[in-house]
Amino acid sequence: MATLTLRQVQKTYDNGVAVLHGVDLDVADGEFIVLVGPSGCGKSTLLRMVAGLETVTGGDISIDGKVVNKLEPADRDIAMVFQNYALYPHMSVFDNMAYGLKIRRMPKDEIRTRVEAAAKLLELSHLLDRRPRALSGGQRQRVAMGRAIVREPKVFLFDEPLSNLDAKLRVQMRLQIQQLHRRLSTTSLYVTHDQVEAMTLAQRMVVMNGGRVEQIGSPTEVFERPASTFVASFIGSPPMNLLEVDIDAQGVARAGGVAVSLPEGSVPPALRGKRVIVGVRPEHLETGGDIAAELEMVETLGSEQLIHLRFAGQPLIVRCDTRTDLIGAAPGAAMHFHVGDASQVHWFSLEDGKRI
Amino acid sequence: MVRQRGILDWISHGILLLGVLVVAFPLYVTLIASTQSLPEIQQAPMSMLPGSHAVENYTRALTQGSSLGSTAPVARMMWISFVTAMVIALGKIAISLLSAFAVVYFRFPGRMLCFWAIFVTLMLPVEVRIVPTYEVVSSLGMLNSYAGLTIPLIASATATFLFRQFFLTVPDELVEAARIDGAGPMRFFRDVLLPLSRTTIAALFVIQFIYGWNQYLWPLLVTTQENMYPVVIGIKRMIVGGDAVTEWNLVMATAVLAMIPPALVVVLMQKWFVKGLVDSEK
Repeated sequence: MATLTLRQVQKTYDNGVAVLHGVDLDVADGEFIVLVGPSGCGKSTLLRMVAGLETVTGGDISIDGKVVNKLEPADRDIAMVFQNYALYPHMSVFDNMAYGLKIRRMPKDEIRTRVEAAAKLLELSHLLDRRPRALSGGQRQRVAMGRAIVREPKVFLFDEPLSNLDAKLRVQMRLQIQQLHRRLSTTSLYVTHDQVEAMTLAQRMVVMNGGRVEQIGSPTEVFERPASTFVASFIGSPPMNLLEVDIDAQGVARAGGVAVSLPEGSVPPALRGKRVIVGVRPEHLETGGDIAAELEMVETLGSEQLIHLRFAGQPLIVRCDTRTDLIGAAPGAAMHFHVGDASQVHWFSLEDGKRI
Repeated sequence: MVRQRGILDWISHGILLLGVLVVAFPLYVTLIASTQSLPEIQQAPMSMLPGSHAVENYTRALTQGSSLGSTAPVARMMWISFVTAMVIALGKIAISLLSAFAVVYFRFPGRMLCFWAIFVTLMLPVEVRIVPTYEVVSSLGMLNSYAGLTIPLIASATATFLFRQFFLTVPDELVEAARIDGAGPMRFFRDVLLPLSRTTIAALFVIQFIYGWNQYLWPLLVTTQENMYPVVIGIKRMIVGGDAVTEWNLVMATAVLAMIPPALVVVLMQKWFVKGLVDSEK
């Protein structure tokens, strides 16, 4: 049980390339935090710095109030689960889980008790004598987690642990990780590029981009009030529709000269006379109404349909249920849509993409 | 699969038989000669059938040696060869493992220089440096000793290179997992790298044992006393030139005896040897 604190953590490689530009984060005791972002955003580097596998070139990382910047990974009381499991191929499942404890010179009985308890928790009891080679991907991942659990560390670190698994198994493991966290409530830091994983697992998520934190908040917060255009387009699938508009003195938004009729009261008076970005999620656009656009394509996904439109030269997506009759809607046909709810209109600054 | 029958079959089998004959016939002659008495061998043509002096010849070779030329018993020579080959093989493996470990897993100034220095020596055969090496060994008073026979041959660029290539295929995550588990460098080496390299080690052991056993030029230079002759040198020394009579029956028996240990090593370690060369267990 421990807190984890990052203060202006920076990483600059020897060749002068900076990958993290000062990250601040407070993780409460027992909290499950997910770091999410596109590849190359520095999320894995940040995790590896917490693990002690990468040096910290600026700022402080503290676990339980103690700065650990200079400590070896083994002395930080953390455990890490790797993307490709990193199991010792020549050791049995039991030895893989017990290795860290053996090095710490724990008594044999205690090792056995702990490993057996972890194996039971992860349903690995019947596999303890096997070699990793003889296990399936999901089983290997569970062994990797078992190795982390037996250590009873202060912090769990997960580095994209599910990305080598197939889609079905990933869903199962996601649930299992959630249950595990509920039982053990160990402070956890989890890295993923998969927004579904992030949304479902996180108590709070950290959206990263280009070595900076874009937003920290609960999944609902991040989804409903994205802090920037980056977050708006990264979280949610399909992404939020973003449209560059000019707002005239009367409060009418125009995109490329064409008036966009938004629900009454959705344009803040402060934005009059400015050029801004308006964002609406595909599910908050509805067919019919008074905005005319050109139909490009319809994707039917079974439970819903995605209507791809082109409005004032910019692409838009409308999400609607399958009951909406779109038969005969050929590409190039005219289609009308409108914004359903004034509270679902987001405004972003054109200069820095920040929420207004 | 299409099967070519007829004349091609005959030709390919003929070539194979010829090959077997070329390899096997000298061995056969050696074996036959080692069972005959000296006068029998000296008849021309020599009989191609086994003689009746096998037990006598082998016992004499093993316990007394030839009465002319080198007179050391072959058992002693084989013991020297065995110790030399074992020390060379195990020493080469130990040193190469450690140097490859250093080159792959530690960042120190001149790391790549070290690697290239080792690599370049691959191109230099022993013969090129044999005179200076002899000078060093003799100045250190290591002539006619196990140390003199083995130490100059222990360093191995080939084995270092082989282990380096193997270590490079070990995933980085394994090192990181070990670091998080709290294993220091030597612990990681012992608990993870060594067990993973065991097939490679076995393959190298076979190759290096035979290399050590079959050394000729170097032992020829550093051994001047009969009681330190390895068996390969012993055979040479038993053949006396000039007018004296060489006891060919004993020479042949010694040659057969000299062939047994390397053959045994290959046969016993065949499974590991092939595994080490073919697959890498990861």
